[in-house]
Amino acid sequence: MARALVTGNHAAGHTLALAGEANRSARGAVCGAYPITPQTEIVEDLRAFEFTKGRVIPVESEHSAMAVCMGGALAGARSFTASSSNGLAYMTENIFAAGYYRLPIVLIGVNRTLGPPWNIWVDQGDTLMMRDAAWMQFYTESHQDLVDTILLAFRVAEDPRILLPAIIAEDGFVVSHTQMIVDLPEQELVDRYLPPLDLPHRLRDQAVTVGGMIYPRETAKHRHEIEDAMQRVPAVLAEAIDEFERVFGRRPHGLFSAEHTEDADTVIVACNTMARTLRRVVNQRRERGERIGMVKAKLFRPFPRAAIAQALRKAKRVGVLDRNHSPGSGGIFWQEIATSLRPPYLNGGGGPLLQDYLVGLGGGDVTPEILSEIIDDLVARKTPEEPLWKEVLA
Amino acid sequence: MTTATTDQAMLCDGILRPGNTNCAGCGMSLGHQWLEQGLEGAKLTLCIPACCGIVAAGAFPTSAYGVPTIACTFASAAAVASGVAAVRQLNHEDDLTVCWTGDGGTYDIGIATLSAAAERNEDLIYICYDNEIYGNTGGQRSSATPQWVKTSTTVEGKAEPKKDIMAIMAAHRIPYAATLSLAHRDDFLRKIRTAQKTRGFRFLLMLSPCPTGWKSEAADSVDLVDTAVRCGLFPLYEVFDGRRYRINARPDGTPLENYISRQRRYRSETLDLDAMKREVDAQWAYLNTVARTFPAREGE
Repeated sequence: MARALVTGNHAAGHTLALAGEANRSARGAVCGAYPITPQTEIVEDLRAFEFTKGRVIPVESEHSAMAVCMGGALAGARSFTASSSNGLAYMTENIFAAGYYRLPIVLIGVNRTLGPPWNIWVDQGDTLMMRDAAWMQFYTESHQDLVDTILLAFRVAEDPRILLPAIIAEDGFVVSHTQMIVDLPEQELVDRYLPPLDLPHRLRDQAVTVGGMIYPRETAKHRHEIEDAMQRVPAVLAEAIDEFERVFGRRPHGLFSAEHTEDADTVIVACNTMARTLRRVVNQRRERGERIGMVKAKLFRPFPRAAIAQALRKAKRVGVLDRNHSPGSGGIFWQEIATSLRPPYLNGGGGPLLQDYLVGLGGGDVTPEILSEIIDDLVARKTPEEPLWKEVLA
Repeated sequence: MTTATTDQAMLCDGILRPGNTNCAGCGMSLGHQWLEQGLEGAKLTLCIPACCGIVAAGAFPTSAYGVPTIACTFASAAAVASGVAAVRQLNHEDDLTVCWTGDGGTYDIGIATLSAAAERNEDLIYICYDNEIYGNTGGQRSSATPQWVKTSTTVEGKAEPKKDIMAIMAAHRIPYAATLSLAHRDDFLRKIRTAQKTRGFRFLLMLSPCPTGWKSEAADSVDLVDTAVRCGLFPLYEVFDGRRYRINARPDGTPLENYISRQRRYRSETLDLDAMKREVDAQWAYLNTVARTFPAREGE
C-alpha cells in the first residue's frame, strides 16, 4: 500500500482504474464517462489512466454512460462509472436496466442534492432514489472506507452467487473535495484480489436475446432470483472482507458497525460522514458517563435488518439521522429502521422508542453541536413524533 | 419457433428466423433477410432498442433472432453498441456490431445517443428501419412521419414535414451513410457490403412499409417502396464522409398519386398534392446540386 494525501474523488478514480486494469488478462475494462459536479474528477482520472486493455468513452449524457457500461459488461468487460444528483436521475432508466440484466457494474454516487432549485452540496437523496433498482448500496464514511469499499464491491458484485451491480455513496465535497491520507492499493495486490471477470451471461457465439420479452411468471421468478442474490450478499461480503485482509493486510469496515450498543439506553443511527462526527460526540458524552451508543449504517441494499435489530434490541430510545427526504413519508433510513424493529427481525413486543431527525438536508453542516442537541432531545423524549426537521445554520 | 433453451436453438443460424411475430408485409422481415445475404455469414451482434424489432423476437425463452442480441432501453442502442464494439476491438474480434432501430429510436428519443456515437465515429453499423410511425404502440406520429399523414396523434394529418435524418447524419461527417430500398436488391446488398468494409460509423436508412400503420395491403409493400423511389419521394443515394454524394436512382416520372392512393394514411382532408410535388422537386434540386458539386470518388 502506498500512503498518499488525496481527495475522495482522486482516491475513487484511481481505485476504479486499478480495478479495471486488473481485468486486462480477461476481456478488459469499459467505462462510459460524463461529468457532473461533484464527481467530475473521477471520470477525468479514468480518462487520463493508461489502460493496457480498456476504453473510457466520453459520452453525451449519464443515460448513455450507463448504456456504454451495459454494452461493455454484456461483452464481458469490467465496467464502472460515476455520477451525482440529477445525473443519477437522468441515468435512472439504465440503472434499473443494469440491475435487471444482472451486470456487476460499480457506480460511485457522489451524493449531491437533487434540484431544482440547484444545490451542489451533499444530500443522500440521489443515491437513495435508486433503492429499488436491484443494485447493492454502500454508504461510506471516509476516503479510506471509499477506496476499500470499491474493491469489496467489485469482488462481491462479480461473485457468481451475486451478479448484481453496486452503488457506492460518497459525500459530495465533504469527502469528494477534501484531502486525507489514504492507503492506496498497489496494482499487483488488486490483481490478486479481483480475479478475471467471467460473466456467465456475456455475449458469446450463441443466438441468445438478452433482455427480451417475458411473461408474468418469468418476471416474478426473475425478481425472486434477484432477491435471493440480495439475501446472499452479507455472507459473500463477509468472505470478501476476510479475503481483503489476507491480500491487503488491513481489515475494512463491515456491513454496519454497532458502537457501545451493549450498554446504551440511547442509540443514534447515521451513515456517511455524519457518522464520523457522531462518533466523536458519542465518545465525548460517554466519557461523561452517559449511556449513549451509535450504529453506523453502511450496507443499505440489501438492508441488514436482522443484524441491525440485534444491535438495537437493548436500546430504550433510537434516533435516526436522515440527510434525505422522501416527501410525504420522512427519512428513508428511518423507514428501514422502523421495519427492522418489528417481527420477524425484532421479537418480544414493544421495542425502543424511534424518532427520525431530518438533518443536513441540502448540505447543511451537521456539527457536533447539532448532534448534541439531537441527543439531548432524544434522551428526554417520552414519545415519538413525526420526523423532526432539524435546521442547520449554514 | 425454436426454443432457446436447447443447444441446437442457441446455434447462430442467420439473423431473423421463421416464426417471428412480424406482421405480414412488414418491411423489416425482408430487410433482415437482405442484411444477412449482404453480410454473407459475417458474425454480428444486434443491439435493438424498444421497437417492433425487439417484439419480433417473441417471448423468453424463445427468440426469433439467430445471432447474439441485446434488447436495449429505448434511447440507448447506439451507446450500448459503443460499449460492445469497444470490447470487441479490445479483444481483436472482428464481429460486427449492428444497431437495428425504428424511427422513434432514431429520429426522436435516441437522436442524442445516435448523434454522440456518430460524432465519436464508433465502429458500428446503425440501421434504421423507418416505417414513419410509432408502430409498436399502435401508430402515433414520429418526426419521421411525412406531412399530411394521419396517425392516431395526428388525426387531421400531420402539419410538419418529415425530418431529414440523412442530412443530419451527413452533417456528422461519418464515413458512410446511405438509403436502402426493399425494391432494389442489388443496390441494397452492395450498400451492406460497402458498410461492412468501411470502418467507423455507418448509417443506413431503410424505408420500411408497415401495412398495419400505413393502412396498405401487405402484398403491396415492395411495390410501394419501388413507387416511392420512382416518384422521387424516397431518394436512393450515398454520402461519403458526409461530403461526397452519389445518387443511385432518379425519379422516372411516376406520379405521387400511385404511392399515396394505396395507403389510407394519406386520406386526409389537409393533403395538398401540389405542395407535396413542390417538396419533392425541391428535395431533388438540392440533391442534384450537391451530388454534382461534391461527387463521390471513382470506386467509392
